[in-house]
Amino acid sequence: MAADVRAIVISGFGTNCEREVAHACRQAGAQTDIVHISALLTGRVRLDDYHFLNLAGGFLDGDDLGSAKAGANRWMHARVAGRQESLADDLRRFVAAGKLVMGVCNGFQLLVQMGVLPSVDGNIRQSCSLTFNDRGRFENRWCALQVNSASPCVYTRGLTDLYLPIRHGEGKFVTDAPATLARLEDDQLIVVRYADSAGLPTMSYPDNPNGSVAAIAGICDPTGRIFGLMPHPEAYLHRTHHPRWTREDLPEEGMGLRLYRNAVEFIATELL
Amino acid sequence: IDSLFKTFIVGATREVRKNLADKDFCLSVFKDNAGVITFNDDWSLVFKVETHNSPSALDPYGGALTGIVGVNRDGMGTGMGARLIFNTDVFCFASPFFANELPPRLLHPRKIFEGVVEGVEHGGNKSGIPTINGSIQFDDRFAGKPLVYCGTAAIMPRLLHGQPSHEKKAQVGDHIVMTGGRIGKDGIHGATFSSEELHEGSPVTAVQIGDPITQRKMFDFLLLARDRGLYHSITDNGAGGLSSSVGEMAEDTGGFELHLDRAPLKYQGLRPWEILISEAQERMTLAVPPDKLDEFISLAAEMDVEASDLGVFTASGYFHCLYQGRTVCCLSMAFIHEGVPQMQLPARWTPPAVTEPDVAAPTDYAVILQQLLGRLNICSKESVVRRYDHEVQAGTVVKPLTGVSNDGPSNAAVFRPLYDSFEGVVVAHGICPSYSDIDTYHMMACAIDEGLRNYVATGGSMEHVAGLDNFCWCDPVLSEKTPDGLYKAAQLVRANQALYDYCVAFGVPLISGKDSMKNDYQIGERKISIPPTVLFSVIGKIDDVRRAVTMDVKKPGDLVYLLGRTEDELGGSQYYAQLGHLGANVPVVDAVSALQRYRTVNRAQQQGLLASCHDLADGGLGVALAEAAFAGGFGMDIDLDQLDAPVELRADRRLFSESQSRLLLTVQPQHQAQVEDLFSGQSCSLIGRVVERPELTVAGGDGRNIIQVPLSRLKDAWQAPLREM
Repeated sequence: MAADVRAIVISGFGTNCEREVAHACRQAGAQTDIVHISALLTGRVRLDDYHFLNLAGGFLDGDDLGSAKAGANRWMHARVAGRQESLADDLRRFVAAGKLVMGVCNGFQLLVQMGVLPSVDGNIRQSCSLTFNDRGRFENRWCALQVNSASPCVYTRGLTDLYLPIRHGEGKFVTDAPATLARLEDDQLIVVRYADSAGLPTMSYPDNPNGSVAAIAGICDPTGRIFGLMPHPEAYLHRTHHPRWTREDLPEEGMGLRLYRNAVEFIATELL
Repeated sequence: IDSLFKTFIVGATREVRKNLADKDFCLSVFKDNAGVITFNDDWSLVFKVETHNSPSALDPYGGALTGIVGVNRDGMGTGMGARLIFNTDVFCFASPFFANELPPRLLHPRKIFEGVVEGVEHGGNKSGIPTINGSIQFDDRFAGKPLVYCGTAAIMPRLLHGQPSHEKKAQVGDHIVMTGGRIGKDGIHGATFSSEELHEGSPVTAVQIGDPITQRKMFDFLLLARDRGLYHSITDNGAGGLSSSVGEMAEDTGGFELHLDRAPLKYQGLRPWEILISEAQERMTLAVPPDKLDEFISLAAEMDVEASDLGVFTASGYFHCLYQGRTVCCLSMAFIHEGVPQMQLPARWTPPAVTEPDVAAPTDYAVILQQLLGRLNICSKESVVRRYDHEVQAGTVVKPLTGVSNDGPSNAAVFRPLYDSFEGVVVAHGICPSYSDIDTYHMMACAIDEGLRNYVATGGSMEHVAGLDNFCWCDPVLSEKTPDGLYKAAQLVRANQALYDYCVAFGVPLISGKDSMKNDYQIGERKISIPPTVLFSVIGKIDDVRRAVTMDVKKPGDLVYLLGRTEDELGGSQYYAQLGHLGANVPVVDAVSALQRYRTVNRAQQQGLLASCHDLADGGLGVALAEAAFAGGFGMDIDLDQLDAPVELRADRRLFSESQSRLLLTVQPQHQAQVEDLFSGQSCSLIGRVVERPELTVAGGDGRNIIQVPLSRLKDAWQAPLREM
């Protein structure tokens, strides 16, 4: 059953985490391909042939215009060879078919820049952004996350908390207007928040490492099938990834893998 | 001595490999861009460390960024090309709080610190390569030239298309193809100016600025091209640009014909010689067979990588460059490669007049311990470490920061490069410039021991470990500018002698390295020479990463052991430096007992007997105890009388001596007998216990407590100095 779930991980132009994301998908039971974006642009590989799209972390085009900005333009405006469509058109069809999309770190930035997240009321328009951390610098730090169990997110089903590393310079989540934030809260689209030692959302550094509004670490669309987050679930697949594995009793399998398992299980039951 | 390099460095490796016999794990040493050793039956490991000092002095950000992306190309350009798995970085700076007047043209050390850190951050993070090991050394003489060491490890299949991947050979008729960035005027004379002291005319334009993304795209493409068998040979364009890359590859065939006008330029107006020697970044040169050329070029185009056919490798015997069809350079290959006459360097060793100071016993040991923890050479570098992505690729098993609050200082890093195997790579380093003022022989020995000690403490196997030496020296050539050249040259010879002696004694082959010889500043009468500094990097294997051991104490009740004897060796120590002295008793490494100890530590780790293991280095036992305790969040009760040391050795010397080859262990009580059995006949002393109470208590001399201090105070002293950098 699970062997039929097909995952694609996009690489190229500054994406860095494709190998570990692919490893996570495979561990979760999906048949997984790492595909260079040029293979999509030449039309040699089609998004339609997959169920689970992964946009991995990295620095698309160096993030030189702001995180994932140039990358978003490529998705939205570069034409696929031999067709009158862009990759964003492919992506829209992919989403409309009820398939799953997860963006981590730079991949989350990409989804937000394209307006694919949060896409409330089906509006694909940029309403949020991820900007420079309050401290103005890149940081690599493990963070406790509170999971919103009322969220429609299919990836976090059954989870109450997570512990994952962040590795970014531009991870401060902001919205274009207070109304956008209110909508995210009302619709339970905020999936994970940075938490303090008591497990509660926090605005204080370093538990909230970047100053994100409402301590937002990740959001989903109203269907719960498109999910983006700054922390890296693919960085915690095995207990030896945990920073304290030499001193704590931990399950063999890392917490991050749960997100991929939930995705694959959802596809297996709903889409196949 | 006929060639220091061939006598001591190549010589040591030859001797070690002979002794290893059928256990020799070296595959390619000193001949390629990086050294290659085996990892397992299917994979080999590539490692190289470079310096980028002069550029970083003039343009800290650009210099350091180029340092890291430049050494990345060494890994990519070794053998048939390897996938990069991690970076290391070691910096030597003057104090960022330097308050004296700066001589002309020097940037403030704080500006250099910040620029270099940011350069390595962008270079490493954007390239998707975790930075997993490093350190920062401080000495105000590094104001004359900062040292920036950047290392990269990579992995490649042992065999590619049935051939050993660490070998490559350009063939007659192969096309010379350049990939990646375009050529500009940047970096012209980079190699020349960095081989001079910093002077009034040092050109900032000689510093190249790298672009990690152009290079990342190129590496994606090259690994694919490698796996499809589209080229015969590859090397990087670094110092000397095309002249050097094409010239080296053409040694395989005996000549080449290079059309400089076919090279893509950033802008018009470059003269042919500028195209030939420009050090513009992110470029590789390949030998592509004619029948693969079309496929190579079209794959590159598809992946948005520029690839240009610049000519062919020939057997003509000539280094032949043309521009618009006209010959602009035609030299015999023999002249190019063998033409440099050997330099003659006079040297005479006169031991410096150093003496031991008369130091009174401290009145408050807790205060001096806190002062030591707050010294720049000892304090936490967390603010820098966190700016480097050390976890991308999901292979970092022992991270640079460890312990109950993820902020203790790891001895070494462990990286698991293959998702389907628990075999790991362990990487560590040693660097001890503070001992150079007494004797560079022992400085070198201590750097080797420190590197190995950190490596072993974390779980690296002594049976499968290699070293890399990176020398950074002040000008050792006797001249009017350098009247003390005889001494400086002798310092160089002595360091080389130690390198040979200790690598052979430890059984550690040297696989690669580099030297940088003109680390001086001279403008007018003012001359600043750096202390002679060698970075000794260590890379090797751990059979199962789940056996790795970290430095933080784990549980109250665990027993605390000290391995190795403590001698009156405080010459060049942090304790003496804190008191304003140099001293004379530099630590002396006993490789025989150290090797036996390290092998026994490996056995204890394989049996899972060690709860923690921390190396003793700057600041000696006192600093190691404090670090292990506050990293683990539990206190320790320690009795200095239990140390293996001369009876008369005073408490402050017991605490702060920097005797080498010592390790601090904690062991669960149920493993006591097994551990004591394993180390029977060796120096192994039970010196105390881990306690619940978060306090370090040290009894000395007459059994009275000389230190009783909360861990929070120690940790704060250690974290405060660079917290806000």
